Amino acid sequence: MKKKFWLPFIITLTLGTLVSAALRQESTQTPPAGYPIGGTVADFKLKNVDGNVISLSNYKDKKGVIVVFTSNHCPFSKAYEERIVGLDKKYAAQGFPVLAINSNDAGDYEENSFENMKKRAQEKGYSFPYLQDETQGVAKAFGATRTPHVFILRNDGGKFTVQYIGTIDDNYQDPAGVTKRYVEDAVSNILMGKPVVVTQTKAVGCAIGWKDA
Amino acid sequence: MIKSIGLLGAWLFFGHQLVQAQKVSVVKWKEIQDILSQSSDTTYIVNFWATWCKPCVAELPHFEEVQKNYKDRNVKVIMVSMDFAKDLTARVIPFVSQHQLTGKVWLLNEPDANNWIDKISTEWSGAIPATLIVNNQKKKKVFFEQKLDYDRLVKELSDFL
Repeated sequence: MKKKFWLPFIITLTLGTLVSAALRQESTQTPPAGYPIGGTVADFKLKNVDGNVISLSNYKDKKGVIVVFTSNHCPFSKAYEERIVGLDKKYAAQGFPVLAINSNDAGDYEENSFENMKKRAQEKGYSFPYLQDETQGVAKAFGATRTPHVFILRNDGGKFTVQYIGTIDDNYQDPAGVTKRYVEDAVSNILMGKPVVVTQTKAVGCAIGWKDA
Repeated sequence: MIKSIGLLGAWLFFGHQLVQAQKVSVVKWKEIQDILSQSSDTTYIVNFWATWCKPCVAELPHFEEVQKNYKDRNVKVIMVSMDFAKDLTARVIPFVSQHQLTGKVWLLNEPDANNWIDKISTEWSGAIPATLIVNNQKKKKVFFEQKLDYDRLVKELSDFL
C-alpha cells in the first residue's frame, strides 16, 4: 500500500526529468553556431576541382590551414581572389597553406557549378585546392555564413583547432588601402608560437544560400 | 498645340521620374549613425543589399511597396547598397533607374565593415540581405539576416506603429 502511494510521484519525477533534458538539448541545438574560437574541427572530405577527394586529415603534417569559404559569383570573393592566392604563396612554404571551399548552391548561381569552379581555379592560378561542399555540411559545421569567410586552423598534434574567424583584411574594395591584415597577423603569430590577438572580425559578404531554407 | 503640351507634360512627368529614380547618394558611416541615433518618432527600415545579390534584388519590390504604403505613417525606407563605390555610375545608377526604385538609395562606401557591422546589430554576421527596423523614440529595434517579403515587413512594422 505504501509503495503504491509513492508510484505516481516517482513516475512524474522521472518524466519531468526526461522532458526537461529533452528541452535543454533542443535549446542547445539552435542556432547552429558553428565552431567557437578554440573549438576542434571535425574531419571532412570534399571533392577538389582536380577530381581528387581532399580531407582535412591530409594536412596532419602542416602547422595549420587557412580555410576560406569563397565563391565564384560574389564580388567580395572576386575582390579577394588575388589576395587569397597571395596568402597561399606566402604561407604554404611555411607549412600553413590555403584550403578554399565553395558551399554555394549552383542552383542559385550557375557560376558556382563544379565546371565553373574548375575554370576559375585555372584562370586565377589557384595553387591550393578548391573544394565543392555540395551538401553544405562543411559550411554548416564551421558556421560559415558568407563569402569570403575565413577560419584559421592550428594543428595541435593532429587535432585542428580554430584560432581565427573573420575577414582577410580591412578593405575589400582596394588592396592598396588595407591597413589591418587580420589573417596575416593571425598566421604569423601562430607560426611564432604566439596567441592570435584579434581572433574574430566581421565583414560584409554574400550570404551562402542554404538549399533547405 | 495641345499635342505639344501633352508631349511636354509627358516629358516632364517621365523626366521627373527618371531624375528621381536615378538619385543614389554615396554615404559614409556617419549618415547611417545619424539614422541610428535620431530621436524622432520615425520608424526607419534600413535594408542592406547589392545589385548582384539575387535574394536582395528579389525583395526590393516589397520594400518599395512598404515605402509607398506607409509613407504617411512616419515610416522611412533606406536601401543601403553594398556595391563597390567604383561601380556607382556604371552599375548602381543604371540598376536603380531600370528597376524604377523611387525610395531613398544610398551606397555605403565604408570598406572596413568590421568597424560598423556590430553597430547595426551584434547578431549580424555580415551576410546580405540584411534589414534593420528601428524607432528610437519607441526604443524598439529588430534585425534580420535573411530575406523578407511584404507580409513579413508589415507584420514586423505593426509592432512599431
